[in-house]
Amino acid sequence: MRRVVHQSVHDRMSTTDQNLPPLTIEVEHLVRTYGGIAAVADVSFAVRRGEIVGLLGPNGAGKSTTLRILTGFLPATSGIVRICGIPVATRTDEAKRHIGYMPENNPLPEDMRVNEYLYYRGRLKEISRDKLRMRLDAVLELCDLKRIRHRIIGKLSKGMRQRVGIAEAILGEPDVIIMDEPTIGLDPHQILIVRDLIGSLRGRMSVIISSHILPEIEATCDRVMIINGGRIVVQGTPAELRHEVLGHTHYEVQLAGDIATLPAVLAQVESTLILESTSGPDASGFHYAILTTARDQELGEPLLQALTARSFRVRSLNRAQPTLEDVFLAATRRSWDVVDSPGAKELPASPGSGPQPAARL
Amino acid sequence: MRHFCTIFGHEIRMLLVNTSTYVAAVLFLFVMGFFFTFLLESYSEAARETSPACDFFRLFWLAVIIIVPLMTMKSISEERRLGTLETLLTTPVSTGEVVLGKYGAAYFIYLLLWGSTSSLFYLLHRFAADPRLLDAGTLVGGYVYIAVSGLLFVAIGVFASALARNQAVALVLALALLLVLIFGASLAVDIQILKLEALRPVRQALAYANVFQHLDDFSRGIIDTRHLFFYFTGTALTLILTILGVEARLLHN
Repeated sequence: MRRVVHQSVHDRMSTTDQNLPPLTIEVEHLVRTYGGIAAVADVSFAVRRGEIVGLLGPNGAGKSTTLRILTGFLPATSGIVRICGIPVATRTDEAKRHIGYMPENNPLPEDMRVNEYLYYRGRLKEISRDKLRMRLDAVLELCDLKRIRHRIIGKLSKGMRQRVGIAEAILGEPDVIIMDEPTIGLDPHQILIVRDLIGSLRGRMSVIISSHILPEIEATCDRVMIINGGRIVVQGTPAELRHEVLGHTHYEVQLAGDIATLPAVLAQVESTLILESTSGPDASGFHYAILTTARDQELGEPLLQALTARSFRVRSLNRAQPTLEDVFLAATRRSWDVVDSPGAKELPASPGSGPQPAARL
Repeated sequence: MRHFCTIFGHEIRMLLVNTSTYVAAVLFLFVMGFFFTFLLESYSEAARETSPACDFFRLFWLAVIIIVPLMTMKSISEERRLGTLETLLTTPVSTGEVVLGKYGAAYFIYLLLWGSTSSLFYLLHRFAADPRLLDAGTLVGGYVYIAVSGLLFVAIGVFASALARNQAVALVLALALLLVLIFGASLAVDIQILKLEALRPVRQALAYANVFQHLDDFSRGIIDTRHLFFYFTGTALTLILTILGVEARLLHN
């Protein structure tokens, strides 16, 4: 039986790991409609303790709405959301004590100083004064805000404001951190800093990030969920997603020789290996070919051996990993096909924490 | 309710660092000081029956329509515009605590500003030899009335801020509501249609809501519980509507 956790942060810190629920976020059949239009239509997922999960989706897919419902700010039309086992709809205040939230565009009061603002937020989150002072120091150090602690927030640059937002979210050491587009508008240096910050939270805190900056999600997240039209289209680790949604690997070869015999050679190496495209010979007579296979295993060595055995001259061989962007485009395009074509089977939005295969149409 | 003190203290600090509070304070003291001087000059010309305090408080409505909208316009509409209302309401505070904290801070500053007008009377006491000019009863009654009516006026200001999308709209809305409240009753009583016997209760209600009548009663030392009831229930109703208004905008946004 789960022990009832006392509200103060101090006590929460002293509970042993066994008493903390393993699933920090549980969402079951969440629906949110705005006057007849379903912004979120039957979303279900779960996040384990210490995981970093990315919520990907095009604009208007329902990412922000889902996150707002998780924080208890927006009520859902139907469905269940539990944060650390506490239902958000009925015990909202209790659930909010376990959440740190950074909304889209990171709204901050313009006329407060950084340390004042963080102190005020800490008091609102019911952190005791002594503990708050220690946490403030730790958080300012972690987010590299010590030099600007006395500056007025309205005068900070975007990157610094983002760091203040993240500092505020992690201030109470919450079990769940929810960030809506944390790296939007930042330059590459700042994105790296924020990415490292988020990565350092892996462990006791679960983090759920929404974004449409795909390389960021790929670099930071353990698991990714793609949402489109208010439904979760596919979820899993980036590798699983690549495999499930695209299901093939590309090899890029630069070679010289008789291109006409190439398909036969490829068939000998691996039955599913096909020549997808070639571009004409360049000045030195080399062709640029793209090969596709459904197999996941490494085919570089046998391919190289087979090509050189058949007296092709190979200049370069590269295994091209499909990026998350390719997965995203394929996954969301597929959803639109489902919606448009009549009588097509709906993609299931299945609960659970393991990799979910997308339905084959 | 434990977050009320945090929010209250924070909002007072924010009002004190905000320029619009000081703009309101300067305007208010300028107007009231000028009027007080004018009043004393009229006393020096001819003898009057009532003390300066009585006439001074009759101009309270000008102070109210200057201070209250300027102080309360930012309270909720600015937070909504910036988006910080969202971050505020995702902490374990209730909407009620937020509204009451902001209201309490605005009311506190309102009392502070009116309290500073006591300096005018102190100056009068200090430099005028004539004890008849200072009537303690009227002074106390007047200030008690300011404190009690201020509850309702500041609540209306916060209500207007909760409804409006930006500060300017909040300002104008607060101004309009306050003017309707202060002058509406005394002007509406004279409408022809209300002279009908059937609408007599309406007429009576409007006559009852006449704030100048309330002021006169308080100044004469009559603390009428009907007037207190009017202000207290009006304040409670306005604050409840404010809380509901904030939550309704969240639900339908």
